[in-house]
Amino acid sequence: MTAATAHRTYLGAGFSLWSWLSSVDHKRIAILYAVSITVFFFIGGAAATLIRMELITPAGDLVSAETYNKLFTMHGVIMVWFFLIPSIPSTLGNFLVPLMIGARDLAFPRLNLASWYLYILGGLFTIGALVAGGVDTGWTFYTPFSTMFSNTHVIAVAAGVFIVGFSSILTGINFIVTIHKMRAPGMTWFRLPLFIWSMYASSIIFVLATPVLAMTLFLIAIERFFGVGVFDPALGGDPLLFQHLFWFYSHPAVYVMILPAMGVASEIITCFARNRVFAYRSMAYAVLAIAIIGFLVWGHHMFVSGQSIYAGMMFSLLSFLVAIPSAIKVFNWTATLYKGSISFDAPMLYALGFVGLFTIGGMTGLFLASLALDVHLHDTYFVVAHFHYIIVGGAVMAFLGGIHFWWPKITGRIYSDGWARFAAILVFFGFNLTFFPQFILGYLGMPRRYHEYPPEFQVLNVLSSAGASILAIGYLLPLAYLFWSLRYGAAAGANPWRAKGLEWQTPSPPPTENFVVTPVITEAPYAYAESRNG
Amino acid sequence: MWNVPLFPDRASSLAARVDVLFFVWLALATLVALAVAVLIVFFSIKYRRGSSANRATAPEAVRARRDRRIELAWIFVPLSLFFVMFAWAAELYYEHAAPPGDAIDVYVVGKQWMWKLEHAGGQREIDELHVPAGRPIRLVMTSEDVIHDFFMPVFRIKQDVLPGRYTILWFNATKAGDYHVFCSQYCGTDHSRMIGHVVVMAPAAFEAWLARGNGAQTMATRGAERFRQYGCSGCHGANASVHAPKLEGLFGKPVQLEGGGTVTADERYIHDSVMLPKKEVVAGYAPIMPSFQGQIAEEDLLDIVEYIKSLHDAREGTVR
Repeated sequence: MTAATAHRTYLGAGFSLWSWLSSVDHKRIAILYAVSITVFFFIGGAAATLIRMELITPAGDLVSAETYNKLFTMHGVIMVWFFLIPSIPSTLGNFLVPLMIGARDLAFPRLNLASWYLYILGGLFTIGALVAGGVDTGWTFYTPFSTMFSNTHVIAVAAGVFIVGFSSILTGINFIVTIHKMRAPGMTWFRLPLFIWSMYASSIIFVLATPVLAMTLFLIAIERFFGVGVFDPALGGDPLLFQHLFWFYSHPAVYVMILPAMGVASEIITCFARNRVFAYRSMAYAVLAIAIIGFLVWGHHMFVSGQSIYAGMMFSLLSFLVAIPSAIKVFNWTATLYKGSISFDAPMLYALGFVGLFTIGGMTGLFLASLALDVHLHDTYFVVAHFHYIIVGGAVMAFLGGIHFWWPKITGRIYSDGWARFAAILVFFGFNLTFFPQFILGYLGMPRRYHEYPPEFQVLNVLSSAGASILAIGYLLPLAYLFWSLRYGAAAGANPWRAKGLEWQTPSPPPTENFVVTPVITEAPYAYAESRNG
Repeated sequence: MWNVPLFPDRASSLAARVDVLFFVWLALATLVALAVAVLIVFFSIKYRRGSSANRATAPEAVRARRDRRIELAWIFVPLSLFFVMFAWAAELYYEHAAPPGDAIDVYVVGKQWMWKLEHAGGQREIDELHVPAGRPIRLVMTSEDVIHDFFMPVFRIKQDVLPGRYTILWFNATKAGDYHVFCSQYCGTDHSRMIGHVVVMAPAAFEAWLARGNGAQTMATRGAERFRQYGCSGCHGANASVHAPKLEGLFGKPVQLEGGGTVTADERYIHDSVMLPKKEVVAGYAPIMPSFQGQIAEEDLLDIVEYIKSLHDAREGTVR
């Protein structure tokens, strides 16, 4: 970076720590988030590593049962609330929403910074509880165990999650207002990139579902602290009420993890296939449909809980319906390749890996939506494998794809494409080796959250742990070559991928004000084929 | 370590039917995943950058019409398939929800971190369940603390076990053997040690096991003792002067409630009437019964439930 351009990019707007901690520039806040969620990802990953090491042998010999239970709880809490839910929206979303719609910043820049501080405050509560001894309820906080029986730091962790929830709500409000009010001239709704549609749908979920989680955690705290009977039948409460409230939030929360990933995949696949996305409008409607129907399927977590069998049937049917828009998206991504001009740079490998793993995750979800089959599979490793295919194979794969795709834009640097492709392939194989054996374990009947297990399950568990070690290398590699690129990478230029989105029409890294001249949009998104030579 | 099963045993009448559902799903999922994978690979090779494949596209209007047809196909083909699969799985679930009338009752109490089981004959077991093959077995389950789950993979069934209420699980074992029971709802520190065995025996062997059993008293006899001990007989006994509902012949019958409505006097109703007596008051009776919440152990209450059921049986003249 030369001195002449340094002062003009957002990165050159200030070099002190305070210039970052007090910045209201959406791009700098995105970097703050990126650094923070990366730290949490590796803390959550460390917990996962210990879990997989413990499970190499059937006996509980590496850590005690108490420690094991705290490990999987912290793994879940940190990965769900401090990595997956904020991952794409608060990093790529924060960076790209204004750039993609031709705006100068988000609608409420200070609120945006406040949301990061809330995230950090929530994170400190959680880390504090971890250091003080941890929590052993599982990330699901099922009552009455969490309220009346656990002797660990339930309230501190619940407070951390409660606080970080407000960070999501603020981000959601900010995105909704920005997308409604700040689009550049000519940027009509159906000229919006699909990534923006996915951010919009996720924001609706943030705003509508997160308050329910906050209330639920608050109720846990008052039952635990004051003994007010809400969930414990011994106090006159109802333990299933908790599950209804929790999943009313937490099922939509799963869609908050996958919708942004779908947005990222759409951007990458069109760019590297040099083709417009197949059936743009269906793709936009599909994310909205997923967001809305996603609010009506929570009871599929409760088929064996004692919920009414008729309620179970309704929830089963609705769960099948929510799979339709997801299926449409998979088919449309595939069709986007047809008559394209496809290259296989690292982002594309991540995106294609995402499509494959998401397909497996989605299909196995239908096994679980099938009532009689779920009675057998519920709470086994089949479920563990299924949701990891969606949120690790799907969401994390897409997140990495997005980081690789927009890295030149964010940093102005080019990373090593060879290493990046190698890491993408390593993650894909490591992931499958880790989680595919868990489908078999699940059908055999191995329950989740087991510190010890019968010896006949060992071989499959060893395979899974071996895969996890490959996966760990796959996740550590990008850290190395991406950092390397910051210092040694070649300058990227405004548009190294010859991509079509507005964000590529401004320099890399972008100036603080995003666009020197407010862009005017005159064509539909993804006009790749029109500009293709042969 | 080298005994590596890849598929669980089938030991109940339900297991094969669940497995068929599973294999059909497996075939469908494999088909779809393979189709997507093959198409991605095929397009990736054929339309790789620099290949000489024909990329000329049809005129916009023709293409739009074709795309619309393709889209409708991949909405409605999966949708109709989903309806079939939904209905199949829901039917099996619904059919299995109601236990047959001639099932043998076994009572299960889960507590951190063990299973306590009791047969009507009074035989008690811990972390073990002996059952005869070929007879439907109905488990009436409750928890003394947190939520547990009684899971028997070889029967392909599980059910959460909740504090403060009864849940039901039933099966018809088909194959003698010794199989896993797992607690599959996370319940605290020793969750993974809350495991046991279900031992399926030939009917004759089971009868012998029962006879050798430690049941000096049947559950109903024990329940009759508890009935006196907790003072229930003071109001509900034959010679009581208090106006309280009669319990003989009550079980399984409809009960008219104060304020309208009818419930069936099943295990849940008896349990709730003892723990939460104000919840469902019998029509024509004053709500004077005290709650026994926190005063009676779930196991004792199960004995009383079995006693009240036996009162029903005596009147009908059947033998249990």
